[in-house]
Amino acid sequence: MTRFVPADLDELRDAVAAALAAEEPVELVGGGSKRGLGRPLQTPHTLDLSRLAGIRDYAPSELVLTAGAATPLAEIERALDAAGQMLAFEPPAWKMLFGGGGEPTLGGVLACNLAGPRRIKAGAARDHFLGFRGVSGRGEIFKAGGKVVKNVTGYDLCKLMAGSYGTLTALEEVTVKVLPRPEAVATVLVAGVDPPAAVRLMAAALGSPHEVSGAAYLPTGTALALALPIDSGRVALRIEGPAPSVAARRDSLLREHSGAGRAESLAHSESIALWRAIGEVAPLTATAERAVWRISVAPARGAEVAQAIARSLDTTWFLDWGGGQVWAAVPETGDAGAGIIRAAIRGPEGHGIGHGTGHATLVRGSPALRRAVSVFEQQPAPLAALSRRVKEAFDPVHILNPGRMVEGL
Amino acid sequence: MQMPLPDAAVILRRDEIAAALRLIVPGEGVIVSEPERRAYESDGLTAYRQPPLVVVLPSTLAQVASVMRYCRDEGIKIVPRGAGTSLSGGALPLADGVLLGMAKFNRILDIDYDNRCVVAQPGVTNLGISNAVAGAGFYYAPDPSSQIACTIGGNVAENSGGVHCLKYGLTTNNLLGLEIVLIDGEIVRLGGKHFDAGGYDLMGVLTGSEGLLGVVTEVTVRILPKPATARALLIGFAETEDAGNCVAAVIGAGIIPGGMEMMDRPAIHAAEDFVRVGYPLDVEALLIVELDGPAIEVDHLIDKVEAIARANRATSIRISRDEAERVAFWSGRKAAFPAVGRISPDYYCMDGTIPRARLAEVLARTRELSEQYGLRVANVFHAGDGNLHPLILYDANQPGEIERAEAFGADILRLCVAVGGVLTGEHGVGVEKRDLMGVMFNDADLAHQQRLKCAFDPDGLLNPGKVFPQLHRCAELGRLHVHAGRLPHPDLPRF
Repeated sequence: MTRFVPADLDELRDAVAAALAAEEPVELVGGGSKRGLGRPLQTPHTLDLSRLAGIRDYAPSELVLTAGAATPLAEIERALDAAGQMLAFEPPAWKMLFGGGGEPTLGGVLACNLAGPRRIKAGAARDHFLGFRGVSGRGEIFKAGGKVVKNVTGYDLCKLMAGSYGTLTALEEVTVKVLPRPEAVATVLVAGVDPPAAVRLMAAALGSPHEVSGAAYLPTGTALALALPIDSGRVALRIEGPAPSVAARRDSLLREHSGAGRAESLAHSESIALWRAIGEVAPLTATAERAVWRISVAPARGAEVAQAIARSLDTTWFLDWGGGQVWAAVPETGDAGAGIIRAAIRGPEGHGIGHGTGHATLVRGSPALRRAVSVFEQQPAPLAALSRRVKEAFDPVHILNPGRMVEGL
Repeated sequence: MQMPLPDAAVILRRDEIAAALRLIVPGEGVIVSEPERRAYESDGLTAYRQPPLVVVLPSTLAQVASVMRYCRDEGIKIVPRGAGTSLSGGALPLADGVLLGMAKFNRILDIDYDNRCVVAQPGVTNLGISNAVAGAGFYYAPDPSSQIACTIGGNVAENSGGVHCLKYGLTTNNLLGLEIVLIDGEIVRLGGKHFDAGGYDLMGVLTGSEGLLGVVTEVTVRILPKPATARALLIGFAETEDAGNCVAAVIGAGIIPGGMEMMDRPAIHAAEDFVRVGYPLDVEALLIVELDGPAIEVDHLIDKVEAIARANRATSIRISRDEAERVAFWSGRKAAFPAVGRISPDYYCMDGTIPRARLAEVLARTRELSEQYGLRVANVFHAGDGNLHPLILYDANQPGEIERAEAFGADILRLCVAVGGVLTGEHGVGVEKRDLMGVMFNDADLAHQQRLKCAFDPDGLLNPGKVFPQLHRCAELGRLHVHAGRLPHPDLPRF
């Protein structure tokens, strides 16, 4: 058991080359905050990337930041905040979800392609990932993308790295697009709304020109540890931008949706707290002993899918992304609802997996559970075969995080 | 520009191949006659021409899959094509390759306002999507200048942008799902109406892959509610540097305009001569800044941008008072290419991206190169995202001018890379910038990209000769160079 702790790109290459020569895999660890995400690894060695850290280039007016892949997210956010900017994809830390151990890093949120509530407007990590350099499972240094916001030179390998969970390349340096932080934030809350009506309300709001940047639904009984009485089903809509614009859009939304339930609004700092809590999956973190699923479906199906799951399982759930993201906590017994949840995604028509209906990820579960069930959605055979070929193009001997996403890969 | 040497044996089989394709695509869908094939000999990069071996125009998914499988089995190259508007030669045919035209896939399959998306066949035009949803107050955001003609399938292949992409993203940021056919005829669906793939983001990789990885047969795009209003400022500057500083100050103030375009003196004059909209002619740089969104926000930001422009020594500022005036401001910029076409027999449109802070320096160096090559140049610039479009003026009838124009263009792109930018912001590599890839990427970088190609197309049959300067066999690329016995690396820090 070796712990490689490379201090620069060459040492990173030597570490991967050593593992490759020995044909002994490594587990990639940045801050170690998301080791519980994905299938559990049992590798002989650890590749500790934590020294590949620090902001290397940041020019606010170019909207671009370059940093060591293991730079703590908190350090990035402090630097951006000082310049009035942000990572627009609102990367969640999920510290509460995973019990708080470890420090989330920029490379980590990119490798997991995470995104917070602003996903619906600003995109996910993938949409802000401009370039990188690193070492592939072939033990070779390479780079892709660039350090400017607009670039189509060569394949967009950043997209491939985003969401690859360290199974293709050990990232050493990453470049991301950054954006101005909105001057003002407000939230419109509409209470007393049942799930199907909530999804319709969110669709109407997201289809309006009010530039809603967050749309979530907390059903009756879902607790949120804020000074906010969530006593009955509540839709939350976020608007951001220059102060006069936010006030006008807030008033328009209040007017347009007051017929659907009791409408009220939250001011700036309360709004920030609410949306942070939603991004951090706070409504489900109290249930530490439960398995947590993240389900991505067409937004209009969010309530239907959540209710179908709740009919069969003891479920605590809420909706984000206008209904497109269902968060569900279920008892960790048997397959922790994997079969029921995936059947609910396929829907009554039974389209079958991979036909555009959505996918479920087991975000939190015991190692035994994450070994037993598919953490990520299983793919149809041609897609699975293609994904395997892609893995082997970058990591032919399965040195990097093997089995993190798919057993044996 | 050297294309892969055509295989004479395949060319001799033209009639046999056409007959086999007719069994898959009956009737008019297979084109063999020389004059008809010639209609497909080039795309938007007209400097290169090559009639294809055969043209096939399938109209069903099953036909596409069968064509692909047939070509794979027979070892015949395929060049996919949408509307043929590529400016980098992405759809340039091969003498020994089948041209797979997707024009018959021209239907919108589903308009879903509840999920704010449209499912379309790849041959639907970019503007066709926006038009289909305009009545309900929606649009499709990426708007390449060829949007009236270019297809959504081609937009996916090239990851097309447009003037609004700083705020609304490129094609890749507005896609939800794809159906693709692989070279072996396998049909793969990626994404859908939901966000983010469960496995590797192969949709993200397909986007901008220039037809080298698979053929797109269905596209699901996001649609957005139309902004409530839009207004524009037309700002003149006596110095290019002031214009550059103004752009940086706008972004520094936390404003992301819907569009922010710059033109230099030659481009301003050409455009004004053409459309007569009252562009100031005594300035070195002209900036169009468009703010879109709720009316109250647009009014608020217009005031802010005006103040920023004044602080950056703007010599003239006009603010659109109504929609007609806003459109007029844009008309010169949108007509910049044909306007330049009027003052020169031919022009060559380049497409590099630079860090915006280096703009004045890059434009100054471009002017020096212009004198050195003896060719005029006009610059239009997507100022918000640093995407520069120098238009090199030349006359193809003058011996040697086209070669000089290409050499000049290549020098500009090398300059873009040298200042920290990239070879192409939105037009793609194609054949045009293929041989410059080595300026930006080393052999290991290119080998990693080509291994991805091998995972999709191990025999290199899809659109060969594009993007990569050298073709390597996948077996050769796949070889691992591991020196056993390199362990235990005693110099490595281990804890």
